[in-house]
Amino acid sequence: MFAIVDYDTGNTRNLQKAFDYLQVPTQLTADPVQLAAADAVILPGVGAFAAAMQALTERQLVPVLQALGRNGKPMLGICLGMQLLFESSTEYGDHAGLGLLQGHVTDIPTNLGVKVPQMGWNENQFQQPASPFASIDHEYTYFVHSYYAVSPTDQIVASVQHGVTVPSIVQRQNVIGMQFHPEKSGQVGLAQLATFKEMVMANDFSSN
Amino acid sequence: MLAKRLIPCLDVADGRVKKGVNFVNLTDVGDPVAIAAAYQEQGADELVFLDISATNEHRKTMADLVEQVSAQVFMPLTIGGGISSVADMQRLLKAGADKIAINSSAVAQPELIQAGAEKFGNQCIVVAIDAAWDAQSQQYRVYTHGGQQATALDAITWAKQAVALGAGELLVTSMDRDGTKVGFDLALYQQLGAAVSVPIIASGGAGQLTDFVDVFKQSPVDGALAASVFHYGELTIGQVKAVLRAKGVVVR
Repeated sequence: MFAIVDYDTGNTRNLQKAFDYLQVPTQLTADPVQLAAADAVILPGVGAFAAAMQALTERQLVPVLQALGRNGKPMLGICLGMQLLFESSTEYGDHAGLGLLQGHVTDIPTNLGVKVPQMGWNENQFQQPASPFASIDHEYTYFVHSYYAVSPTDQIVASVQHGVTVPSIVQRQNVIGMQFHPEKSGQVGLAQLATFKEMVMANDFSSN
Repeated sequence: MLAKRLIPCLDVADGRVKKGVNFVNLTDVGDPVAIAAAYQEQGADELVFLDISATNEHRKTMADLVEQVSAQVFMPLTIGGGISSVADMQRLLKAGADKIAINSSAVAQPELIQAGAEKFGNQCIVVAIDAAWDAQSQQYRVYTHGGQQATALDAITWAKQAVALGAGELLVTSMDRDGTKVGFDLALYQQLGAAVSVPIIASGGAGQLTDFVDVFKQSPVDGALAASVFHYGELTIGQVKAVLRAKGVVVR
C-alpha cells in the first residue's frame, strides 16, 4: 500500500489512476498512523509552495513527514510535492520546506529566452549511471512549473534544459522527487513510477 | 528544450466522439477511451475534447468521459465547450482534466478567466479564440458561439486582454482556414506571437505535412491542433513528427 498524502492539494485523482494502472494499491490519507504503516509515502502537489506548506502545517504533517523521511520511509514527491522536500523556496517570500533534500527552490529566470511557466514535454538527460531510473535518458516527460530546484549535483538523477538546468528526478537515499508529472507523461512516466515501485519492493535505495 | 506539440481535437456529444475516427482498427469508432489510447500510442502530445452537445444534462456526461479517459490514457487533457462557471471547471478538473478551454463564455464574462486562474492556476486556463480576417477594418475579428456570432473584438487585442486576466495558453482557430486544408494562417500567429508571451496553439487549415513545418518554422506557436487529417488517417502523428524532426523542429 502506497499512501498519498491528503492535504487538499489540487488533483490527486490522476496520480491514483496511474498507480491503479500499475496495480499498486493506494490510499489517500493524512493519518500519521496510516502514513507510517504504508510501504511508501507519495507527496503530490500543485499550486504555491507557501500555501502547500501551510496546509501541511495545519494538518500537523510537517514533523510527521520529516520523521518518516529521516527514518528511511520511501518517499516520492511529485511536482510541487518534490519542491516541498527541499530546504526552502523563494516563491512569494522565503519559506521553509521539509528539508529532506539539500538545496532550495527558486524561480526559472525569464530573461533566458524561455517561456515561464515551463509547460510541455522536455527531454531528460540521465545523470547518475548507477540509478535504476536509466530508462528516462533522452525521453520526454511533461512539465508544468514556474519554479525549479537548485540542488547539489550528486542529488540530481536526471535533468532537462529550460534556460537553466532543471532537475527532473532527484534522490537522496529513500527520498525521491520528480519535477515532471509522471501520471501525464505517457508510458515513460508510468515506467518511472514502476521503477520507484520496484525500488520500494526491493527496499533498495543505495544507488543515490 | 521544450518540444513542439501535436494535438488532435475530438468533438464529443453525449459521451461519444462524433464524426468517428477511422485511422486505426477501432471496433467502436466513437469510443473516447479507445480513440485517446490510440492517439497516445501514435505519439500525440496532448488531447483536446470539445463538448458540442447543447444541453446541460449532456455536459454531466463530459465529466464521466474525462474520468474514464484519464484512467487509461496518461497524457495532458484539455476540455472545452459550454464551460461557463468556476464550478463547471472544478468538476472537469476533478474528473481528471488538466486544462479547461473557454471561448464564448470568456468573451461574455472575461472575469471568468481571472476567477479560474486564481482558483486553479494560469496553467489550467486556456482561452480559445475563433478569429476571421475582416478586410474592411483590416483586423482579425473574434467570433463566438461556434463561429456564428461576430463580436466587435479585435483578436490581437482580445488575446492580450485574456492573458492579462490570467489565461495560461491561447488556442486560436483561423475560421478562414478551418476545414480548407490550405495551411495554417501564419500571419495571424505571427501577430499573436508578437503580442503575447504565453503558449499559442494554432488551429485551422492543416492539410499536408508541409503545413505543420511552415507553422512551426514561420510562426512562434508552441503547438498545432488538427482534427480531420488525423481522424481519417490522411496523416499520422508519427509522419508529421518525422518530417518536423527532419526539418529541425524539436518534437517528442
